[in-house]
Parts: sequence; C-alpha cells; structure tokens
Amino acid sequence: MPVLDTNEGPVWRRRTTAAQWAIWGGWFVGVAIVVYCWKLVSDKTVWFFVTDAGRQAADMASRMVPPKWSYMETLWRPVWDTINIATLGTLLAIAMAFPIAFLAARNTTPNAGVRAIALLVIVSSRSINSLIWALMLVAIIGPGVFAGVLAIGFRSIGFCAKLLYEAIEEIDAGQVEAIEATGASGGQKLVYGVIPQILPTFAGISVFRWDINIRESTVLGLVGAGGIGLQLDASISTLAWTQVSLILIVILATVIVSEWVSARVRHAII
Amino acid sequence: MSEISANSYPRSWKKPPLIANRLLRWCLWFGAAIYLALALGTMEINWGRVAEGLPRGQKFIGAFFPPDFVSRWDSIVDGILESIWMTVIATVAGIALSIPVGLGAANNLAPTPVYLFCRAVIALSRTFPEVILAIFAVKLFGFGPFAGFLALSIATVGFYAKLLAEDIEDMDARQAEAIKATGAGWFQWINYAIQPQVMPRMIGLAVYRLDINFRESAVVGIVGGGGIGATLLTAFDRYEFDSAAAILVIIIVIVMVLEYSSGYLRKWVQ
Repeated sequence: MPVLDTNEGPVWRRRTTAAQWAIWGGWFVGVAIVVYCWKLVSDKTVWFFVTDAGRQAADMASRMVPPKWSYMETLWRPVWDTINIATLGTLLAIAMAFPIAFLAARNTTPNAGVRAIALLVIVSSRSINSLIWALMLVAIIGPGVFAGVLAIGFRSIGFCAKLLYEAIEEIDAGQVEAIEATGASGGQKLVYGVIPQILPTFAGISVFRWDINIRESTVLGLVGAGGIGLQLDASISTLAWTQVSLILIVILATVIVSEWVSARVRHAII
Repeated sequence: MSEISANSYPRSWKKPPLIANRLLRWCLWFGAAIYLALALGTMEINWGRVAEGLPRGQKFIGAFFPPDFVSRWDSIVDGILESIWMTVIATVAGIALSIPVGLGAANNLAPTPVYLFCRAVIALSRTFPEVILAIFAVKLFGFGPFAGFLALSIATVGFYAKLLAEDIEDMDARQAEAIKATGAGWFQWINYAIQPQVMPRMIGLAVYRLDINFRESAVVGIVGGGGIGATLLTAFDRYEFDSAAAILVIIIVIVMVLEYSSGYLRKWVQ
C-alpha cells in the first residue's frame, strides 16, 4: 500500500509517486497527440464553411419540410430491393461462413495451414467495409442489386465466421466425447456433437447480422449497388430535399422495424 | 423379461426438430420458399454484364500479386495519415460527448425527462449509418476531414453512450450506496462509486471504437469526408486496380494491427 511518510506519521495515498507520474505522463502524451491531430485536421478545413454551417443547416431543414409523401410510390421498389440485398446477402454469408468457421476453430480444423487460411479470409472480409466491397464489385460486375448482395455477403462472412468459430471453440468437449464413444465417425461427431451446441448461437448471429445488414444495405446505392441509397444519392444531387427527407424517414422506419423483428426472433430462439 | 424390454425399447433415434410445432415449422418453410422465389424473381441480374466483368475481376485479383505501392505512394500516405488523425480526434471527441449523454441515459442515475432525452439522442445517432451522417456533414461543413470527423464523432456517441448507460445500469448498487452513505456530493459519487466500476470495460470499448472508427474513416472518404476513402475511390474510378489493391492491403494490415493491440489492451485492462 503506497504510503507517504510525514512528520505526523504515515498518510495513506492511492498510488505511489512513480505510478502517479506514469499516469500524468500518459495523459500528457495522449493530449499532445490529440492536439497535434486536431491541428492537422484544422489546417485542412475551410473554416468559413464551418462558421456558415448553422445558416446552411437551417436553410436545408426549411427545404426538407414537408416530406414529399407522393414520392413513396417510387420508393416501394427500392425498399424491397434493400431488404432483399440484406436478406440474400446474409443467406449467402452464412452459407459460406459455416464451413469457414469449422476450418478456423482450433478444435475442428483439419490442420494449422488450413486454419491460417480461414483466419486470413475472416480478417480480410471483416476489415473491408461493405461499401468498399460494393465499390469493388460495381467496378467489376457492374451496378445493380446483385453487386449489393455480393458486397453484403462478402462483408458478413468474416463477422459470422468469427463469432461462430469462437462459439465452436467454447463448446463442451464432454458431449463430443460421448458421441465419439458410441463409435461415431468424424462427420457424425460434427452433426450430433458440435452442431447442436452451436445452433442457437448460430441462429442468433445470423439474425443479428441481418439487422446490421439492413442498415448497411440502405447506403450501398451510393456507389451504385442498388437499394434505396440510389434514390438518396439521386435526390441529394438534384437537390430534391423534400424527397431526401422522405427517404430518411423510410430508412428510419425500415431500421426500426428490422431491429424489432430481430429482437423478437432472437428472444424466441434463445 | 429381457425379451420385453428389447421389444419396447426403441431401436432407432431421430434428432428432434428445431421447431417443435409441426404446423409452424411447415408454415415457416413455406413462407421462406415463397419469399426466396419472389426475391430472386425480382432481382434483375444482367448476366451478360456479370460475365463481361469476370476477366476484370480476375485482373483485380491478379493486382494483389503484387500490389502497386509505388506509383501513388504520396497520395496513399496522405490519405492514410488523414484517416488516422480523423479517427483519433473523432474517437476522443465522441467519447467526451458520450460521457454526459451516457450518464443521462442510465435510468438509475437520471430523472425521467433527462433519461428520455438522452435515449432519443442515442437512438437518432445510431439509426443512420456513418455514410449518411457524412453526406450531410459534407453538405453543411464542406469537403475535407472535418466533415468526416463530425460524422464519426456523432456515430461514436450513439455507440459509446449506449454501452456506457447499459454498463451503469448493470453496476453494483451497493457500492454506490456505500459512497452515498459517506456524504459524498454528486460528482464525488460519480467519481468514486460509478467510474471505478465501469472504467475497465469502457477503456476496452474505447479502443474497440477507435478500431471501428478507423474502418469507417475509409468509407466517409467516398462521399467527400476526407481520408483514405477518397484515394481509394479515385483508384477505382481510374480502374487502377494495382493501387486500389495496395490501399486495401494497407487498410487490412492497419485494421489487423489495431485489432490485435486492442484485444491485448482489453485483456490487460480487465
């Protein structure tokens, strides 16, 4: 216990002098880094636009009301596309993530080399945002819903596979051993020993990712990959602010509904 | 005796289905099939365009072996550094903002009106993806890293304040009561009863959010928010796949480093 010796006897302190200095030093370095970063960003900023932003925002807000409700007729199709991108993308992702997770989990992988490759696939998929995947896929296979589905799918493989392989590594080995003791083959061990243990987690992960994907698929259209983002992009670039506000409301509603659905489904499963 | 038990004991076993109710199970399968048929039916895939893109996709994959770091090196370095500055200050500012919001959104601390207001702030900043926030920030504050910084800060508030509030709600009430019993003021109460309980997890989450913000900073650039995304978009628009591959490799490596160090730090803190 750190104690300061004084004339009146020892006094309790929370930290030793060295620890106190180390903490102050850490704060000093941290603050210095933040201030330096701030200076670099501020150098690249046109401050006139920033000071003008309040007026701009008021102007934009006044142009946004009332939302152009009649535009909803053309929005049903993009909303349907958005939901399809998220759902089909999630299905694609879980179909691919399932085997990859088994290859990546320490207790089910065939060998270390395969595990390293599976982990590399997971990391690459996770590091690249779905919008960047969409950007790539639009450049390669052309704009459209299909590019969006693939983008969502590729982005979600890493997420689903990572959570799933962690679940596989945490399973109860006793159950697998019990199945093995009945004389089951490797495949039977997986089907009857491992999969029943991870199935609830797996379903939970899929629904959770679907919810995230709904949110992400609303913006894929910005780079041409289909969905409601296309309309958002078009409305912003033609300065049709009443349409923009309607689209934002629709996105809000879609996200809230999907969150509600996913909460209900997860509640039912787990 | 043995004959009877051999006859009555079942000789074969079937896995029980995941959904026990037969009618519900068939309805779900049926609904899923109809949805899939509709979704796939309305998805317009231009197979000709996809086939046309395959050689380009091959070229793109080929661009990774090896990626071209050299010809756009200066703009890549610029973009990466800008992303890093933006990430750092956005994380710090976002967390600074989310502390009051998070305290207000914990229902064991705040009075109901404050609670509802703070929860509304969190819900609003969570609904819209970073990219949409960035679009509006760019519209209002002009192109450049400042817009990206704002978008990421707002998104950070939604994430961090929510988790902070949940952590405070889950804390051990007895410690808080004990500090209160010593006659502590409100700030002393927060500082000695609540902060020590939530701190380890919150430091971990701060590092995690830094990681997320770096990933997202690659995306806000696509809509003009500064950072590596702008460089990446230019590379794709010019079909310079070699440079794009280099940027992606750099992003993946930085994300991996961040993820490993954040995992390590979180273990060390907890």
